[in-house]
Amino acid sequence: MSNYIDKDTSNDGIDRRGFLKCMAWAGAGMVWAMKGGILTARAFGQDAPTAAGDDFTFVQVSDSHIGFNKGVYTDVVGTFQSAVSRINALPAPPSLVLHTGDLTHLSKPKEFDTVAEVMKSIKTQRSFFVPGEHDYFVDNGNRYLERFGKGTIGTGYQSFDYKGVHFIGLVNVANISNGNTALGVLGNEQLEWMEKDVASLGSSTPIVVFAHVPLWTIYEQWGWGTQDAAQALRYLKRFGSVSVLNGHIHQILQKVEGNITFHTARSTAFPQPAPGTAPSPGPMKNIAAEKLRSYLGLTRVDYVEHTGMLATTDSTLADDVPATQP
Amino acid sequence: MKSATQVSTVCLAVFTILTVHISASKAITYPEAPGARRDSDPATQPTTQAAATVKIENFAFLPKELDIAVGTTVTWQNADDVPHTATSKDDPQVFDSGPLDTDDKFSFTFNKPGRYAYYCKVHPHMQGVVVVK
Repeated sequence: MSNYIDKDTSNDGIDRRGFLKCMAWAGAGMVWAMKGGILTARAFGQDAPTAAGDDFTFVQVSDSHIGFNKGVYTDVVGTFQSAVSRINALPAPPSLVLHTGDLTHLSKPKEFDTVAEVMKSIKTQRSFFVPGEHDYFVDNGNRYLERFGKGTIGTGYQSFDYKGVHFIGLVNVANISNGNTALGVLGNEQLEWMEKDVASLGSSTPIVVFAHVPLWTIYEQWGWGTQDAAQALRYLKRFGSVSVLNGHIHQILQKVEGNITFHTARSTAFPQPAPGTAPSPGPMKNIAAEKLRSYLGLTRVDYVEHTGMLATTDSTLADDVPATQP
Repeated sequence: MKSATQVSTVCLAVFTILTVHISASKAITYPEAPGARRDSDPATQPTTQAAATVKIENFAFLPKELDIAVGTTVTWQNADDVPHTATSKDDPQVFDSGPLDTDDKFSFTFNKPGRYAYYCKVHPHMQGVVVVK
């Protein structure tokens, strides 16, 4: 059963005010704190927890689209760097950073180099990546995999453990259906790998899945979903805490289904319209340049383990710009 | 309830408008159409022109289904502010535009009759077909 905490996305009649309030225009990212298997998310600039024991923080950035330069979105490197500045201004540096895809706009070597450079400036132990379709469609992911595919399998998927939490990075943009579905596809090879990957884990192991295209169908007409996600989610049914983090749709949407909480992140480059509110999912055109940064949005998400619910609080990034922000 | 005659009249009117519109856009879009001009024998003339355009706009191929004669060159043009592709779904692949950024064009000449389904690799919900007769 669907349970939208944030917005009723099945209803196209989202009012503009509410819509703006729940959207982030650029330079946003999420800070995730893992406390004893309970995942909580907060906005940049909000009080970050001091890591103690096995608790830790990680950050999700997404859809940096380096190389895009249209309309008011003329400085996607700058807005990406803004997100990084916010990460680096956190009182406690995040242990990990996850980039959930569309690093680049057109997979050009220079675009990938810029992404690598900006990511390198983040104060963190290690960064992990999954590709978006913009990192894959030009050359079947070759340039992406050369640079960011180290330690990954097949099309670029991977798993790792950090302080008792099992992270799984999935790839659903490898174009393996040859246009026979509008949705993202994981494919049998990756699904079989995933089934084995989680087979030996205890059911109390907290799981974090990250992938570019949402693993729940948000809006099929725009391809916002993954055709064979249900199979992947079946492997995760027995786990007590599963968090699925996606990008692709350049706006925050959340859903809770049983033990699984779904969350999509904002883009650091440009916003996209809410499902069905525009003729196409292209970059939003009605955003005034001078307002861009004032619409930097954020959402604080508290994951309450015993109810399996994500509770969100929306506010604008302008309220929370750290004093150290250049 | 409308009578059959009224409905027919309305349909005819719509059809006429569409026909005029298509002719007009053909005249504007494909002024160079060389084959059609050179061939003086109407019996051997292809029923459609030797060049056609598919506009990519608002994440859609326009027209979604394009009917052409053998030998016609189709040009896709991206009018969106994000990249798209026009990629054949056939195996083996018949054509692939590669990335088409804003205003980029890609042309392909269809020399064999058939139904050529294609899609956008970046946004696979974008589907189109070229029917070659």
